[in-house]
Parts: sequence; C-alpha cells; structure tokens
Amino acid sequence: MWKFVHKLASPPHFYHIAANLISWFAMPGLLLIGYGTYAGLFVAPPDYQQGDAFRIIYVHVPAAYLSMMAYMAMAISAGIGLIWRIKLAHAVAAAVAPLGAWFTFLALATGSIWGRPMWGTWWEWGDPRLTSELVLLFLYFGYMALRNAIDSTSKADRASAVLALVGAVNVPIIHFSVEWWSSLHQGPTLVRQGGPAMDTAMLYPLLAMILGFTFIFGALLLRRVRAEVLYRERRKRWVRDLILSGKGKR
Amino acid sequence: MTPRRQRMLAVGLALGGIAIAAVLTLRALDDNMMFFIDVSDVVAGEYPADRNFRVGGLVVDGSVEREPGSLELRFRVTDLRCELPVRYTGVLPDLFREGQGVVAHGRMAGEGEFVADTILAKHDENYMAPEVAESLAEHVTEQTAGLRQGSGECNPQ
Repeated sequence: MWKFVHKLASPPHFYHIAANLISWFAMPGLLLIGYGTYAGLFVAPPDYQQGDAFRIIYVHVPAAYLSMMAYMAMAISAGIGLIWRIKLAHAVAAAVAPLGAWFTFLALATGSIWGRPMWGTWWEWGDPRLTSELVLLFLYFGYMALRNAIDSTSKADRASAVLALVGAVNVPIIHFSVEWWSSLHQGPTLVRQGGPAMDTAMLYPLLAMILGFTFIFGALLLRRVRAEVLYRERRKRWVRDLILSGKGKR
Repeated sequence: MTPRRQRMLAVGLALGGIAIAAVLTLRALDDNMMFFIDVSDVVAGEYPADRNFRVGGLVVDGSVEREPGSLELRFRVTDLRCELPVRYTGVLPDLFREGQGVVAHGRMAGEGEFVADTILAKHDENYMAPEVAESLAEHVTEQTAGLRQGSGECNPQ
C-alpha cells in the first residue's frame, strides 16, 4: 500500500498514470451529466411553487458542492505537502485553486440568477450563506495571488499552503450557515434528517449531476496536475527524455 | 521528535487555534450574523430603533389586504407565536403568498406597525411536483390552521 502511494507520489509515475485515468473520469462524468441534463429538463416535473425556475438547481447545487469539496481537496493536499514535504501534493493544491474558483463563481452566479425572480433580489449583503460563499471565492483568489507573487516554487508552496489551511475554517461555516443563523437561503434539502425533501423524479437527475460534475472535476484536475507537474519538473531528466522520445504529445 | 512530527503538531495546533478563534469571533458576532429578526423579538421590542432592520416570518393566511388602484398592501407576519402587521408599497417577488416565508426590510412605525421598503420571499427546502403538493394540501391545511387563526401564545418579555 505505502509502496504504491510512494510510487504514485513520484512525478514521472503520476504523469503516466494520470494520463490513463483521465478518460476513466471524463467518460462517466459526461454520461452522468448527459443523463442529468436530459432528465432534469424533460423528465423531472416542475416544482409546485417555483415552476420551471427550480431547474437551475441542476447546475447550482453541484457547483456549490464542488466549490467546497475543491477547497477541502486543496487544503488537505496543502497540509500533506506541508507535513510530509511531498511535492506532488503541492502541485495538486496549486492545480485545484482555479477550478474551485470557477465552481464558486458558477454557484454564486446561478444562485443570483435564481434569487432575482424567487427571492426578489440578486444579492443580499449580510446574508450568512451568500457572504461566506463570497469569502470562499476571495480565498481562492488570495491563494492564487499569493502563489503568483512568490517566485520560488517551494516558498510559494509553503506560504500558500498555510493560507489554504487557515481558510479551511470557512467551509464548515458555509455549510452550517443556514442552520446556525437566520438566512434568506433555505435549509439543506438533500442532507437532512428524514432523507431528501424532494420528489425522486427530481432527485435522481440531481444526484446524477452532482456525481457527474465530480467526475468531470476529477478529470480536469488530473489534466491540470499533469501540466503543473510537467512545468515544475521542466529541468528534470525524465521530462527531457519524454520530449526527445516524442511521446510527450499524448 | 522527528521534524515531520513537529510539522504535524504545528499544523494541528494552528488549525485548532484558528478553529477556536473562529468560534469565538462568530459567537461574539452572533446577533450581527442573523439575517433577520424573529417576529416575537420585534413584538417584544428587541429591535434597533434608530436604523432599518429585517424581520422574517410567515405571511398569515387571509391577512393580505390590497389597496385598490395602488401597489400598497398590508399583511401580517407570524413566527407561529406572535404576529406583526406589515405595510408595503411596491412589487412583490414571485414566491410571495399566504403561508409563505418572507423577509421584510424596513422600520417600525408608530402603533406597532412595520413599514417595509423591501419584501423578499424565503423559499423552503421542499421540492415537489404540483400533483404531489395537491395531495399533500389537506395535510398542510391542518398543519397551518394556526396561521389562519393567528393563534399561538404570544408572550413577549
């Protein structure tokens, strides 16, 4: 087990294993999103109060879920990199950040578009759920800015890892904000006592979308980590051999 | 102690410290973290008198009265204990209806009436098809009987 982990953590091995893994993430991801999009738009009934407007949930919930999951992935990789000094872990953390920022932006944008007709407002300052999610976006921005501001890769790794770990405190705040405080945002629909408060015809496409988004996130992440590893190891022999052998194209 | 264990300890202690700091900060800010104030608290007089604030509750069934020929309307909101009359002039969000949660922004006028400048509708966590909602309607009617009568013990203070 540990042998396998150590082998995986070596950049050349990861680079090759990841190449094969990408399609194993991308294919099921695309299938699930295809099914979820079709079923979400044409099979799921309209909501009894929101009508068809509720269908934005099929993008909003997966995006919001991934915005937090990506942050956890970033913080955990940063922690592993900090404690065990594994370079690959730092490369993963660096590769997650822009993806997480995009999912956060998507969650904020879809929520805002839905909020205008349903709540009657695009944005409400002071709402704990909305504000903490916006803080998450700024944490991603701060992480990327800090990383870019430091020239030395190893110093950038360590400094940004500390920021990633400090910011992790925001993730439970986002999740529990609607339970701890009064908020305009409704409480949890899926993860609650007594099971999901949703018709199964609406629920299955949503679960497919959440899983599909996660798979696509995995595929994109692997792709980004490969690029990051290649850049970081650009002066290493294995990269030179790879390019000279002409196999670097795949 | 190996350097790795030292780093592990440092990261663990830092995370613990940040978590404690966050908990203390949020506890100190508790009232400010609230997006709206409950109806009972407003009725009990626990609201900022010198500035606008938000009050959240359910629209009492049958309490909505529209002024003919204008956008002015009056209704009552309840937290199932106390009720508060609200006056508002303007456009309402799609989800505004009797029995629905709303958040009103504004201030207290005289005679215990809340004058709102913004009304937001609060959605609940339930999603269902219209047919299901209909079959559930009877059950819901029973549940919200209190809303129509505006009953419940209101004991401010």
